[in-house]
Amino acid sequence: MPVLRWIRRNLIVIAGLLTLAYMILPNIVVMVFSFNKPNGRFNYAWQQFSLDAWKDPCGVADLCGSLSLSLQIAFWATLGATALGTMIAFALVRYRFRARGAINSLIFLPMAMPEVVMAASLLTLFLNMGAELGFWTVLIAHIMFCLSFVVTAVKARVMSMDPRLEEAARDLYAGPVQTFVRVTLPIAAPGIAAGALLAFALSFDDFIITNFNAGSTVTFPMFVWGSAQRGTPVQINVIGTAMFVIAVLMVLVGQLIASRRKSNARN
Amino acid sequence: MSVTEAPPAPTPEEPRELTLRKPSTRKRLVPYWLLLPGILWLLVFFALPLVYQASTSVQTGSLEQGFEVTWHFQTYVDALREYYPQFIRSLLYAGTATILCLLLGYPLAYLIAFKAGRWRNLVLVLVIAPFFTSFLIRTLAWKTILADGGAVVDVLNTLHVLDVTSWLGWTESNRVLATPMAVVCGLTYNFLPFMILPLYTSLERIDGRLHEAAGDLYATPATTFRKVTFPLSMPGVVSGTLLTFIPASGDYVNAELLGSTDTKMVGSVIQSQFLRVLDYPTAAALSFILMAIVLLVVTFYIRRSGTEDLV
Amino acid sequence: MTQQQTAGGDVRLAGISKTYGSFTAVHPLDLTVPQGSFFALLGASGCGKTTTLRMIAGLEEATTGTVFLGDKDITDLPPYKRPVNTVFQSYALFPHLDITENVAFGLRRRGIKSVKKQVDEMLELVQLGDFARRKPHQLSGGQQQRVAVARALINHPQVLLLDEPLGALDLKLRRQMQLELKRIQTEVGITFVHVTHDQEEAMTMADTVAVMNGGRVEQLGAPADLYENPRTTFVANFLGTSNLIGGEIVSTGENLVVAAGGGKLALPRERCSASSTAAGGRLLLGIRPEKISLAHADDADDIPAGRNRVTGRITDSSFIGVSTQYVVESPAGTALQVYEQNIERDTRLVPGAEVVLHWNPAHTFGLDAAQDIDAGATSVEDAE
Repeated sequence: MPVLRWIRRNLIVIAGLLTLAYMILPNIVVMVFSFNKPNGRFNYAWQQFSLDAWKDPCGVADLCGSLSLSLQIAFWATLGATALGTMIAFALVRYRFRARGAINSLIFLPMAMPEVVMAASLLTLFLNMGAELGFWTVLIAHIMFCLSFVVTAVKARVMSMDPRLEEAARDLYAGPVQTFVRVTLPIAAPGIAAGALLAFALSFDDFIITNFNAGSTVTFPMFVWGSAQRGTPVQINVIGTAMFVIAVLMVLVGQLIASRRKSNARN
Repeated sequence: MSVTEAPPAPTPEEPRELTLRKPSTRKRLVPYWLLLPGILWLLVFFALPLVYQASTSVQTGSLEQGFEVTWHFQTYVDALREYYPQFIRSLLYAGTATILCLLLGYPLAYLIAFKAGRWRNLVLVLVIAPFFTSFLIRTLAWKTILADGGAVVDVLNTLHVLDVTSWLGWTESNRVLATPMAVVCGLTYNFLPFMILPLYTSLERIDGRLHEAAGDLYATPATTFRKVTFPLSMPGVVSGTLLTFIPASGDYVNAELLGSTDTKMVGSVIQSQFLRVLDYPTAAALSFILMAIVLLVVTFYIRRSGTEDLV
Repeated sequence: MTQQQTAGGDVRLAGISKTYGSFTAVHPLDLTVPQGSFFALLGASGCGKTTTLRMIAGLEEATTGTVFLGDKDITDLPPYKRPVNTVFQSYALFPHLDITENVAFGLRRRGIKSVKKQVDEMLELVQLGDFARRKPHQLSGGQQQRVAVARALINHPQVLLLDEPLGALDLKLRRQMQLELKRIQTEVGITFVHVTHDQEEAMTMADTVAVMNGGRVEQLGAPADLYENPRTTFVANFLGTSNLIGGEIVSTGENLVVAAGGGKLALPRERCSASSTAAGGRLLLGIRPEKISLAHADDADDIPAGRNRVTGRITDSSFIGVSTQYVVESPAGTALQVYEQNIERDTRLVPGAEVVLHWNPAHTFGLDAAQDIDAGATSVEDAE
């Protein structure tokens, strides 16, 4: 039974590829249905091929507005969380200080808490303070829950950095600022970039905390949520597909540049 | 050369005037300045809200007359009595999804770490890329995939799988959508990357020569996996299961989009109590109970798996 | 000592010490490194040698004391303001910069614009001209080491500090780099302060060696002087191998006579560093293994008079090539080491043979008996 033996030998590969298919399948469906022309309000069943939605991606009221709002919030939340998180990560790795254990728990807890709990308690705070729900409350919330993830990502990188590199810089006439800009930052950059990317993805895609604290402001995930009740326009598939393609392209281009650089260095 | 005038081996007891140099205060304060903004942010917008919520959960009153702290712990009892099915369902669904994620995710993480070769980066991209399509859109796609009379349901029907799952109470007659199976399927799908990435990270660190060494020492591939690979990947297993279980237990998106009123999870209840019914004390009590359960499970789990250094 | 005149560029440490909480890494220490010399700080790991080096570099703040460079007090200067550069352990080359930029780093930070010529010259000096555009991880260990030296030397520091610079290299390369570093030092004439745990490395390269132990300098001097006249058991054991024999002084004079192991052994009084040399006092006698001659017990009568003698039995012998190393059990000590040149090998000298060890009394040194006889004997191999 050569077929059975082949299957047995490659069991892990087959299982892994099946999982991969499971993960990719919805993306394919989203892509295919961006070319659909649905009959009713909901875009769940295939009717006929059409490019209408692609020709007019902003054709649905509020869709592109919510998208641009989400991008703005994600941008500022990434900036804020990356700055604050990087500072914390450096303090944790490079310095000794009091209350280290308490600070570590304070950073770990947001990651060990169901989102809905944080969402509800934050809303309680805002209601008690009489804060007006909207852009700012969402931004505050996003920075809060992205922070811990940035700290974790940056910390891992900084921990693997040889502190002697910074000493070498100081020894070679670089003052504190120069040392940070010329040595610390470039070497920690991959960790900081990973943290920032994660923060951006988390913020852009967040629904639960945003839904609690946005008031009448509508972000892109909230728009999708609402449309699941009222009717799903094909345009959300268009935007989902476009984001997927752009993300894959960006990663591929990045890979290409990296490998090009590597082969250049070798010659 | 100074060799000749070298001092005799200095005796430590020799009295000498020593001026102690204290490290400057400015330098000692550096870590605190670095920590200050971020920690303050977490204290004000993470810790303080929990305090507010604790106080809300023991208040009584109404929206019109305002709420007041009356130490009314009965709210907790009432909340549990009324919503315990949703709690049990949440833990059950989240637990099942976590186990499924581990079973599905491990082979893929293993594949990327050891078998993918030059395809490794491509597969990694494919694992991460779905992140960039809003998860709500992708969850809605499951409505299409699992639609009544769709290809998936037809195949399952022909194979009589649905008869079994319906008998178990996971599905209903010829439907997958709006059943527990659809919700668990959605949860598993949504949190798979959170399982795969930590697994991959810890598998990738394993020295490939360990497999050869185990083989050299008379271990079959299965034994090698059981005695070497799996134990070494434990940190990934622990953080992966936590990263899956915690958000899954509080999730309500999958239950609302793919389930029915019979599959409501506790997140849905908290959400509607807070945003629609506006019964703040009950909502606060519910989310505290959820938090307590999750923290208990997590602490117990971390203790048991002996990876406390994870935190 | 502190009043002593210092030449223009000497490094002078006055009462320098370092404590971390309750742990004292370096006890108050006075040390002068003359300008243009090759100075080695030698000791096992944790002896305070690296901390001392880092205090000179400014990477570690001294708890007490002063660091002078020439007549200038540089104690409170941050490292980037000191005319001192360091070759770090495992090199600390900047992984994100190529070799040229690594070497040019110090010049650029001091605002020098045209660095190309200097960098090229420096890379020629360390024979790495062809590697200018490589990244550090593309070089071998020995090449990385040379980049680290070039990166420091290009700044023309008054002092070059080397922190275990050869520790990561294999034995053969290490020997080669020792000669290379010595050549460079002679060529540029800069003061080198070299930290190492390898006693052979320290002795081959340095003009002056300071042996450190437990945060203190045990002894300081030229390599040959340290080897011939150790003043403590630590130095005697850490630098090469010593046979140490405990005994009691029976007569004094130009030569001290000591009763040890059932016989009498003599040594010159001026080679005894013990605090008291009165009759009746205890003493440790030291003799290097290569200074001892070995005779079969049957030939004992042929040994010239006036030599120190110890009788014993060979328990082990190993043939090394140029020499044979014997371990001899005797009343004076259970494991006396003897190295015999393989000129004419006596076939009777095998384990079990009764032998007489004899040596010139002038080769004997004396140490204070109130010390750990095994100090420094074991920690050489597992250092760092």
